[in-house]
Amino acid sequence: MKLLQVGLLTLSSMLAFSSPVFAGEAEDKGLAISKESKNRDLGWRDSQAEMEMLLKNQHGETSTRQMKIKSMEQENDGDKSLTIFNSPNDVKGTAFLSFSHPTTNDEQWLYLPALKRVKRISSRNKSGSFMGSEFSFEDLTSFEIEKYDYKYIKDETINGVDCWVVEQYPRDKYSGYKRRVVWIDKAEYRTQKTDFYDRKNTLLKTLTFSQYNQYVNKYWRASQLEMVNHQSGKSTLLTWKNYQFQKGLDEKDFNKNALKRAR
Amino acid sequence: MYKLMKKSMNQKLILSAVSCLTAGFFNSAAANEFEVRGNIELQGRFFVEDALFPTQHDTYFSLAAAPEFFWSWNDGNDSFEFVPSARIDQHDDERTHSDIRELSWIHVGDDWESRIGVRRVFWGVTEFQHLVDIINQSDSVEDVDNEDKLGQPMVNLSLVNDWGIIDFYVLPYFRERTFAGDEGRPGLPIINADTAFYESSDEEDHVDWAVRWAHSIGDYEIGVSWFEGTSRDPLLIQSPLQNVVPELVPFYQQISQLGFELQANIEDALWKLEIIHNDNNREDFWALQGGIEYSQYGVMDSNADLGWLVEIAWDERGDDGPSTFQNDVFFGSRLALNDVDSTEVLAGLSYDLDFKSTSFLVEASRRFGDSLKVSLDVRLFESDEPQDPAYLIRRDDHIQLTAQYYY
Repeated sequence: MKLLQVGLLTLSSMLAFSSPVFAGEAEDKGLAISKESKNRDLGWRDSQAEMEMLLKNQHGETSTRQMKIKSMEQENDGDKSLTIFNSPNDVKGTAFLSFSHPTTNDEQWLYLPALKRVKRISSRNKSGSFMGSEFSFEDLTSFEIEKYDYKYIKDETINGVDCWVVEQYPRDKYSGYKRRVVWIDKAEYRTQKTDFYDRKNTLLKTLTFSQYNQYVNKYWRASQLEMVNHQSGKSTLLTWKNYQFQKGLDEKDFNKNALKRAR
Repeated sequence: MYKLMKKSMNQKLILSAVSCLTAGFFNSAAANEFEVRGNIELQGRFFVEDALFPTQHDTYFSLAAAPEFFWSWNDGNDSFEFVPSARIDQHDDERTHSDIRELSWIHVGDDWESRIGVRRVFWGVTEFQHLVDIINQSDSVEDVDNEDKLGQPMVNLSLVNDWGIIDFYVLPYFRERTFAGDEGRPGLPIINADTAFYESSDEEDHVDWAVRWAHSIGDYEIGVSWFEGTSRDPLLIQSPLQNVVPELVPFYQQISQLGFELQANIEDALWKLEIIHNDNNREDFWALQGGIEYSQYGVMDSNADLGWLVEIAWDERGDDGPSTFQNDVFFGSRLALNDVDSTEVLAGLSYDLDFKSTSFLVEASRRFGDSLKVSLDVRLFESDEPQDPAYLIRRDDHIQLTAQYYY
């Protein structure tokens, strides 16, 4: 019934209404859309890019964070990534190594250059803020099918883009979210928008993806991601630059020795 | 080398000569990169009680700089690092010092890496004391926490295997620990570190070596290390020289040290343990440091993270041994607001179960703008037991204000 009420609100969902979704079917459809979205993004092997975060607080004060991110796809496992911080100046040289796993705990290490220390950190820090931004650690880890349960909600056109709306329920009890609502476009299976609902099921944040570019004729990456926190009034604008794919990064670029000499 | 460096007035000349030479060499290589960063710091220390020794003062200002020069070539597979550091202290001649923290060439192979030159290396997992960490000497005049280290000349070969990373070190030269001078505070003017004594007749030229295996297995981090050579931790002995005023001098023993590190990330908690066995000609001993760290994220519906720490320290040599942490317990709490200015507050308390003495510290820091970081540290020491090493710093409670400009 709930599904019908939501569906009646928009014109596009009339389609869903005309071909009613039965119990279990919405789950299957949500999973199928998410799977296809993941599948279309397989095979990129490795990538590197520069990222800038513009943090804005409720008083309009801003601050920037710059970093370089190298990632590597793993067969039958989550991605490996190395993040190197470049600004603010006092965190220059700090680096973060992450091995994401679909079903077991992620492994994460932080390198503190002033102490020359590699620290294994708690991967339970899912909901914690990443560098003071509105992005939490879990918002930035690689998307893996096994991390969520799914439910197709409706079709909806946002900003002129025809999308499926899918709910994703995190399986990890340490997730900061009860659910995410994701708008995936029908043309290319790219995420256009995500609403994050906190543990109390209240809308917490909205993430909007824009300026999508296609790389190596296959992989779509948004150049701008804007995260708005509805509860605090703060926001973070994340801009990606100089994306490079398949430059031959390998395992030796993602171990603790690599972390120590990351620049 | 350190003594030479200390006396050298031509630091700037050396620095520019090295950078010219290396820059000239690397410019010929393809795809090279050059980067400079670092910080300049102004610090004031304000002591709240009358000094124990008449030579000490109540207010100390100091200025420090640590630029970092970095070159890389050969697609990043070769790199060169140079990090000199220097501090000028208003009163303390020993804290006015300079050092080469890093001056090394790093070459990366497929599953190995060589690092040759002066470097700093950290081993270990615990927070309040670093028992296993033995490669570098402490630059203890920099700060009371001994976290600052002197550069150590070394040849280090690191092999990456599926079963962990194994590091071999040959350490051809020994660095003496720095101690505060007559006017330094906190400090013990009865220590004269100008002359050090050694068990080995090779003195500081004794060639030390070490090996360490470290691996991550699921939620566990494990490390096992062996060190053979000159102890970084000096014993303070009555000077054998016939002085008018009795004084303590550092004595460096030959030791073999086995180190064991374990960190287990279980549910919300990080369990940490370090154990050492030190084999020497005076008194073999075991020592351990261990505890739990627990963090809460987004406390009180904010962005703030709150961490809690409890650790214990034990040393087999007991309360008449040279270790300050022979039977101590530590509590710590760290609040990170995760705001635009990265505001953080850390409070720590250590309590000596034998001597019933306490030391307490608060470290608060935040950023102003993009490049300025200001820290306020408060350190309080309380001891009523003359046998306790902390008794000699019982009047050294102080507030330390540091402004660091990063570039």
